[in-house]
Amino acid sequence: MYTTELKDKDQKAAAVSLADEDPEKLAAFEARVAADDFIEPKDWMPEAYRKTLVRQISQHAHSEIVGMLPEGNWITRAPNLRRKAILLAKVQDEGGHGLYLYAAAETLGTSREEMIDALHSGKAKYSTIFNYPTLTWADIGAIGWLVDGAAIMNQVPLQRTSYGPYARAMVRICKEESFHQRQGYEIMSVLAAGTAEQKRMAQDALNRWWWPSLMMFGPPDDKSPNTAQSVRWRIKRETNDELRQRFVDVTVPQAEAIGLRVPDPALTWNDERGSYDFGAIDWEEFYAVVRGEGPVAKERTQARVKAWEDGAWVREAAVAHASKRALKMAAE
Amino acid sequence: MADDVLFDHALRLGDDALVMGQRLSEWCGHAPMLEVDLALANIALDLLGQATHFLNLAGEIEGKGRDADALAFHRDVLDFRNCLLVEQPNGDFAQTIARQFLFSNWQELLMREIAAAPEPRLAAIGAKAVKEIAYHAKFASEWVVRLGDGTAESRTRMIAGLEWMWRFVDELFDPMDGAPSRRGEWDARINRTLTEAGLELPKPRRGAMGGRAGHHSEHLGHLLTEMQFLQRAYPGATW
Ligand SMILES: [Fe+2]
Ligand SMILES: [Fe+2]
Ligand SMILES: [Fe+2]
Repeated sequence: MYTTELKDKDQKAAAVSLADEDPEKLAAFEARVAADDFIEPKDWMPEAYRKTLVRQISQHAHSEIVGMLPEGNWITRAPNLRRKAILLAKVQDEGGHGLYLYAAAETLGTSREEMIDALHSGKAKYSTIFNYPTLTWADIGAIGWLVDGAAIMNQVPLQRTSYGPYARAMVRICKEESFHQRQGYEIMSVLAAGTAEQKRMAQDALNRWWWPSLMMFGPPDDKSPNTAQSVRWRIKRETNDELRQRFVDVTVPQAEAIGLRVPDPALTWNDERGSYDFGAIDWEEFYAVVRGEGPVAKERTQARVKAWEDGAWVREAAVAHASKRALKMAAE
Repeated sequence: MADDVLFDHALRLGDDALVMGQRLSEWCGHAPMLEVDLALANIALDLLGQATHFLNLAGEIEGKGRDADALAFHRDVLDFRNCLLVEQPNGDFAQTIARQFLFSNWQELLMREIAAAPEPRLAAIGAKAVKEIAYHAKFASEWVVRLGDGTAESRTRMIAGLEWMWRFVDELFDPMDGAPSRRGEWDARINRTLTEAGLELPKPRRGAMGGRAGHHSEHLGHLLTEMQFLQRAYPGATW
């Protein structure tokens, strides 16, 4: 998951408009949210809340859809029939998540087409993690374990997010993400206990995916001006750094349990904090990937645009057939 | 049924489902719309499940310790027994739908017989599969109608897709399966849908045959190269 608050141009505009809202309505809204009430599509809400949500939910939806590509890359090459079926079902789940999330965002008045156009034009962002390539089968294990694992950390609190349709989509999605995480970890365990070549694959995948996974939680709190507002509105429920720390604390022992080494020389257990201290994240890399300079960003966008454009005649045909049929029914 | 005949029969059923499922899985993440992406993945998953059951059964009958994975990942072209239709490339969406339409309508009729056959292990797999395949045939037939009736472009593409696939139809009714009896009902189904779609039956032509004897099109070798890569590159590893 992918609510890393990647900025786009709407954001500044949104921040300004809060001053224009009816103060009484705004106060009532804030009180409901503070009382952990769910906001529903027909309820009054500040424009900035609506915009922030559309941005966050559509980013999340896009991430599910673009996220089908790196793993889809291995469906036809999965090593046996069981792994092939599990992977295909997993990637299909991600498509389903995209579908629920687009539907949740549509309740806020933005159509799926508009959101998809924004993705294809580069205006809308998706999680930076999917701009890294899947080189070996172990990457499928690493993605399930780390990327779906990070997604769960991020999404579990969102099951109680203030916007009802988003919260309900999250409940459904979280169940499936935890399956994915377990399946990914299982792939990694088998590889880590396998031949020397398989162990090498597994360690190499962890080396490549570890830091990008930590970046999935978004910029550090002091560089993330939106976090405070989003936490107050219960659009986020915990800060980026809190979630990242929890992910590290859960994941490091899992790596140790299967004999893999987390690629961070600064990683140490801090008894006082009851948490791991870990090394500095390369934020330069993160911001570059956000800007669209990730290693396979071009391939990802190109694949999405190609699928959409190649499918245009199919969608047109479906619409044309439906309207012909409706005319016929009306005439009968 | 003698064991070698039964082995060959299960292998044909398994290979059809495996190769068709592998082809469909190539669409995942690239379909014309999200709903279709999910539907194609569903069909592929059903087929992979059928393949696993039929190939495990084939291995069991053979009694040489081969399971579904051994059969799927460690045979070369000459030993695959699928029909030529299922190994044909996806092409555009209309070509994929044409292939699915011709195949699923045939596979449904075949599986009904298998579900009622005296061999209990085959029948058990067939009984479950027949429900899945009925949905596949419905999905593909509905799309044939949409594309045939939709726009000038979709109609042209649907005709081209059927043209591409039509030469592989006769092989489906190879007497080896005791199958010619299914032809009449299949023709009637295909005709009904094509009429609804405003399309004509492609002109008869000489059928391409050979899949059941291991003589395939050029496409299968590439499909297997991709599918079998890890098993071939890392012999003996467990995944
Ligand atoms: Fe997600
Ligand atoms: Fe997901
Ligand atoms: Fe997932």
